[in-house]
Amino acid sequence: MAYKIIASSCTGCSACEPECPNQAIFEKNGTFLIKPEKCTECIGHFDEPQCVAACPVDKTVIIDTAYPRYSA
Amino acid sequence: MSCATESGNCGSPAGQSDLSPEIWEKVKNHPCYSEEAHHHFARMHVAVAPACNLQCNYCNRTYDCSNESRPGVVSQKLSPEQAVKKVLAVAEKIPELSVLGIAGPGDALANPQKTFATFRMLQEAAPDIKLCLSTNGLALPEYVDEIVKYNIDHVTITINMVDPEVGEKIYPWIFHEHRRIRGHEAAKILTERQMRGLEMLTDRGVLVKINSVLIPGVNDRHLVEVNRAVKERGAFLHNIMPLISEPEHGTFFGLTGQRGPSAQELKTVQDECLGGANLMRHCRQCRADAVGLLNEDRSAEFEEVDEMQPIYDFEKRRAYQEKVDRERLAQLAAKEKAKELAIRENALDLKVLVAVATEGGGRINQHFGHANEFQIYEVSSISGKIATSFAGHRRVDLYCQGGWGEEEKLPSVISAINDCHAVLVAKIGACPREELRNAGIEPIDQFAHAFIEEGLIGWLSDYRTRVESGRIEHRPRGDASIRQGAYIAA
Ligand code: SF4
Ligand code: SF4
Repeated sequence: MAYKIIASSCTGCSACEPECPNQAIFEKNGTFLIKPEKCTECIGHFDEPQCVAACPVDKTVIIDTAYPRYSA
Repeated sequence: MSCATESGNCGSPAGQSDLSPEIWEKVKNHPCYSEEAHHHFARMHVAVAPACNLQCNYCNRTYDCSNESRPGVVSQKLSPEQAVKKVLAVAEKIPELSVLGIAGPGDALANPQKTFATFRMLQEAAPDIKLCLSTNGLALPEYVDEIVKYNIDHVTITINMVDPEVGEKIYPWIFHEHRRIRGHEAAKILTERQMRGLEMLTDRGVLVKINSVLIPGVNDRHLVEVNRAVKERGAFLHNIMPLISEPEHGTFFGLTGQRGPSAQELKTVQDECLGGANLMRHCRQCRADAVGLLNEDRSAEFEEVDEMQPIYDFEKRRAYQEKVDRERLAQLAAKEKAKELAIRENALDLKVLVAVATEGGGRINQHFGHANEFQIYEVSSISGKIATSFAGHRRVDLYCQGGWGEEEKLPSVISAINDCHAVLVAKIGACPREELRNAGIEPIDQFAHAFIEEGLIGWLSDYRTRVESGRIEHRPRGDASIRQGAYIAA
């Protein structure tokens, strides 16, 4: 799986972007997006997904079940 | 996420006499640090740092930080390059511009690359503009070296508590060392880092101002302790500002019915802190990208950043500064002379608040109906000598707006200055004049275009005579309300 950002509730604050250990997060039209193929759910890097922990808006960064669970 | 400021009557930076020459040099043209300077100089903020590393219960992240920039307002987000261009364009049109701040939305130090890139570029292009930043302090200890390196001589830290028990009620979480931390642990880390950051800055000679948001029932009894703690660590000023909280702002406090303080509650806490760190009362909690002098906001003129081709004119700016220096000397002389004239032995002791309508320049030069803000002064006559000190400002809805809605606006203006005995204006219409009289506030236009202190002292001296002769009776005034909502010039 990967994480995804719900564009409609993202304020574009950019708090998540520099925290990603894989540079998976980028800006597009004022809000932020995650490249699913780059997201490792932070496994092996941190105890919690950094984008989720940094995001100030509840339920804006959520798990995307369309992708299989990441395995290192 | 924090920038605010004022001067009380007790060792506060009302003027040069209270400060060491070194500090005076640093603050004299800074509208947020010197009460006097805010009549002559303008500050601007640029919103280059939208990210924050903690959550405050008075903040709704959909909008700007409600401490610094008012809830319900969204600032124009800029890249560092755009921000520098905008500052130069503003400096070209507004010679009063003396300070650039980075203060939200978000936290200047949660966005270190953008913040320091902006400062570096601006310093090269316009070295006479002073730099300041505001922070919640969480990341501060890591960036003290850089703050010193970029010559940022003013830093504001928002400190609402020094006790995690209180902090828990204000901060639901922080993001620190790659973890989201909640509750007591979060507040404990925050207060430790704030205190350490403050000590590190003052050790290096950086001026530090502390902002505290007064939240009735949460930290109102605690701010005296905060005041003591920050003073011990060398804070230069302490600014206590009211919580702005309305349900429609969607903040935790707004939604749970936590109210803000009344003017009297705010003044009580400010007065309790006198004698601690210097207090500051002229901060107007302007929005993060506000541009202008005193109560004006000209930010709308500077929205098209990409079209701007600014030319930075040092000569024009120097000429303005020289003119201001002369005006300020004249203002000081006028004040001393008025004081001299008002001395009278065995006079009655009095202490009252007076509202003033001004557009800047230190003069009583605004029409009552055009004021969207009044400056409040405490004026006292003790043992025959009259003294004045700035006590804050009050925002009001414009009373005069081209002829409509005026009837409903006046009561709200009156409630905002209801604790004052008089209001000094350049001009006032017959109808509001009478309403003010009925409310017990004297409307005074005889000091139109005089320096503010001349008017204050002249009026009190006259009032004192009238009370002494029995022509009028001196009565205490009631409380006043603090207007909620974003400060945006109409
Ligand atoms: S979960 Fe981790 S790796 Fe995936 S986008 Fe968020 S920060 Fe990047
Ligand atoms: S932290 Fe949340 S709100 Fe901010 S840019 Fe990232 S997803 Fe959007």
